[in-house]
Amino acid sequence: MNFDFSDDQKMLKEQVRKFLADKCPMSVTRRVLEKEEPYAAEVWKGLVEMGLTGTAIPEEFGGLGLGALELCVIAEELGRAAAPVPFSSSIYLAAEALRLFGTKKQKETWLPKLASGEIIGTLAVSEGTHAAHPRNIAVKQAGGKINGVKQPVVDGGAASLAIVAVNTGGSGEGAVSLAIVDLKAGGVSTEPVRTLDPSRQHVTLSFKDAPAEILGDKPGEGWSQLSRVFDGAAVLFAFEQVGGTEAALEMARDYALERYAFGRQIGSYQAIKHKLADMYVKKELAKSNAYFGAMMLNDEGAELTEAAAASRIAGSDAYVFAAQENIQTHGGIGYTWESDCQFHYRRAKLLALAVGAPIQWKEKLVARLEAKNAA
Amino acid sequence: MDFNDTAEEAAYRAEVRAWLDKNATRKENAKDIAPPKDLKEMIAQSKAWQAKKADAGYACITWPKEWGGGGGTTINNVIYSQEESKYAVPGGIFAIGLGMCIPTVMSWGSDEAKQRFVKPAVRGDEIWCQLFSEPAGGSDVAGLRTKAEKDGDDWVINGQKVWTSGAHFCDYGILLVRTDPNVPKHKGLTMFWIDMKDPAVEVRPIKQMSGGAEFNEVFFTNLRVKDSQRLGKVGDGWKVALTTLMNERLAVGGSQGNADTDELISLARNTDIAGEPAIRHGGVRERIADWYVQAQGLKFTRFRTLTALSKGETPGPESSISKIVAAKKMQDLGSFGMDLQDMGGVIRDRKISPEEGAYTEQWIGAAGYRIAGGTDEILRNIVAERVLGLPQDIRVDKDLPFNQAPKGK
Repeated sequence: MNFDFSDDQKMLKEQVRKFLADKCPMSVTRRVLEKEEPYAAEVWKGLVEMGLTGTAIPEEFGGLGLGALELCVIAEELGRAAAPVPFSSSIYLAAEALRLFGTKKQKETWLPKLASGEIIGTLAVSEGTHAAHPRNIAVKQAGGKINGVKQPVVDGGAASLAIVAVNTGGSGEGAVSLAIVDLKAGGVSTEPVRTLDPSRQHVTLSFKDAPAEILGDKPGEGWSQLSRVFDGAAVLFAFEQVGGTEAALEMARDYALERYAFGRQIGSYQAIKHKLADMYVKKELAKSNAYFGAMMLNDEGAELTEAAAASRIAGSDAYVFAAQENIQTHGGIGYTWESDCQFHYRRAKLLALAVGAPIQWKEKLVARLEAKNAA
Repeated sequence: MDFNDTAEEAAYRAEVRAWLDKNATRKENAKDIAPPKDLKEMIAQSKAWQAKKADAGYACITWPKEWGGGGGTTINNVIYSQEESKYAVPGGIFAIGLGMCIPTVMSWGSDEAKQRFVKPAVRGDEIWCQLFSEPAGGSDVAGLRTKAEKDGDDWVINGQKVWTSGAHFCDYGILLVRTDPNVPKHKGLTMFWIDMKDPAVEVRPIKQMSGGAEFNEVFFTNLRVKDSQRLGKVGDGWKVALTTLMNERLAVGGSQGNADTDELISLARNTDIAGEPAIRHGGVRERIADWYVQAQGLKFTRFRTLTALSKGETPGPESSISKIVAAKKMQDLGSFGMDLQDMGGVIRDRKISPEEGAYTEQWIGAAGYRIAGGTDEILRNIVAERVLGLPQDIRVDKDLPFNQAPKGK
């Protein structure tokens, strides 16, 4: 039984943790949120210089050629810091979509730039306040041009590249393709979108005859490609959620030790102790599920979808719960603008919605379990 | 990352399998073998199996060979348990004795006591029980009232214990009593080993809500024990008891044999809500997903612990979540399984119910499982205090002499 990360992977995690503790304290997240900066440029630069953006990109395309496990340990630390950087958009989503499904030429064009941090990429799927489905993808591609509106698109303002879910005609899942769009090539306008978590910038992307090229060599495979990209991202986001849960729990614990009410530490009341114990329980369930997700992702295992769904469900549950109850533990002070509690509260829900809400993943999971049970 | 054995682990597993194949029947081939209904027969079979294991070095695998153990590692023990669980072998009437009592004797008993008791217990010749809980001391064990008074070289014991598993067939027990009521509660306790067959010991079964009777009340009326039966110093009983309790949650273990999500999916495919298969219903699907994620979380938490053991490291505190999650899940899933059977969900009669009343039994049993070996609430306190470093509850009786502390009836 070797259900753990290697010493090298743990060392990498420690390095990222130290860097972020030093360069990306909560004051940086606050600054990005308050000043509406697109992202913390100096933190992003540091992550790029450490080579982290190239972690899972093959060497022939300018990366380090490491695997998913390395990305997972990085993700956990980014989550712990609630880091205001476009790492997930550029790497878990855009780079992974290209690595998995791009043609050699597409990879050669884009992956080295994503690996080196020369450009930022993102994935544009959502078209408003409803879940994406093959039936409702309205952005259309025809004749090498796309038209329509995607919103919200995280990091869409800073990105030079977007992988865009588009309708290429036909029926059912076969109507969907993923398109590579150079956001600097014209036909694209961006408009900021006000969201729950301004420490991560979101925009509306409007395409008017924007030049686009199908990801891979044929159209109609976008829905299954997207599903696989989301499976991987669900695992990586789950590690961010585990890191965030741990940070929120530590905040709540520290405050429960420091704050006195009715002549004693509030952490000595069972109402608080049991709340924090429940955070810990959810965190460990999330972590254990995420570990299996990591293993399936790294091995491209047969149970990747189930493991990704379980990682996402447990991770979302743990982080949202911990972020909510962290504020509750702090009482009134936790609800102020001055308090750092808000950053986990915002980020927890953002991450829980990022690649589809938990209820969508529960459906995806049970559909698989049901099919297995019937077989 | 992988779930594979190391070369040594694989070799040990192969050895274990070969031995079990030779000496036991795999469960799938044992469907026609009914477990003995008669208690004596059950005990005889258990003892015979334990002796066989001891001879082969599979009883108390981690204990030194000089004490009758196997001289193996913790991971050897895990591998043996994993393999043995696939065979129809007699159940664990020795678990409490070997998991809790004998380790206490080994840590605190005289050389004479160790020589006398350890090996027979390992071989299953003698069975032990643990006598701590009392009507007035459950979660707060140190609030116990059974008293021992010095009389010459002997101690005379009077009082009552409760929830004693297996007391009706045990030979010996370890007994925690109050030897000094004039000092605060944790300081006035002392531990002894006792002979359960002494006529001054009376065992009465407790009929549980489920209808079964696995536990007992045990009464002591002027039970005389020798001072040489003492385990640890007079007044050190709490310290000694902690040695025992540290092992308890390991001994109480998991909740095998209960319905889980796979069974629930089958049930939901074969029952209806508003004339449609229940499995099509969103509320049903969401619950299945939540319980699956919990079950996977528990399984992989166990794998994390095993990994630490396999590497020879001390596991982290993550395994402390296991019973908190498992017991409540067992109860909720049992309850929901009954709901899916609608009005018929009340049926316990195995002949009528296609599910053999499993969900009903599970729901009833879970009420006890949430309490046994540490209640949900005590386990959350333990996580909060030992893992998260939060302060202990304020204890109003902590510094008061026991006989002046506030008490209920």
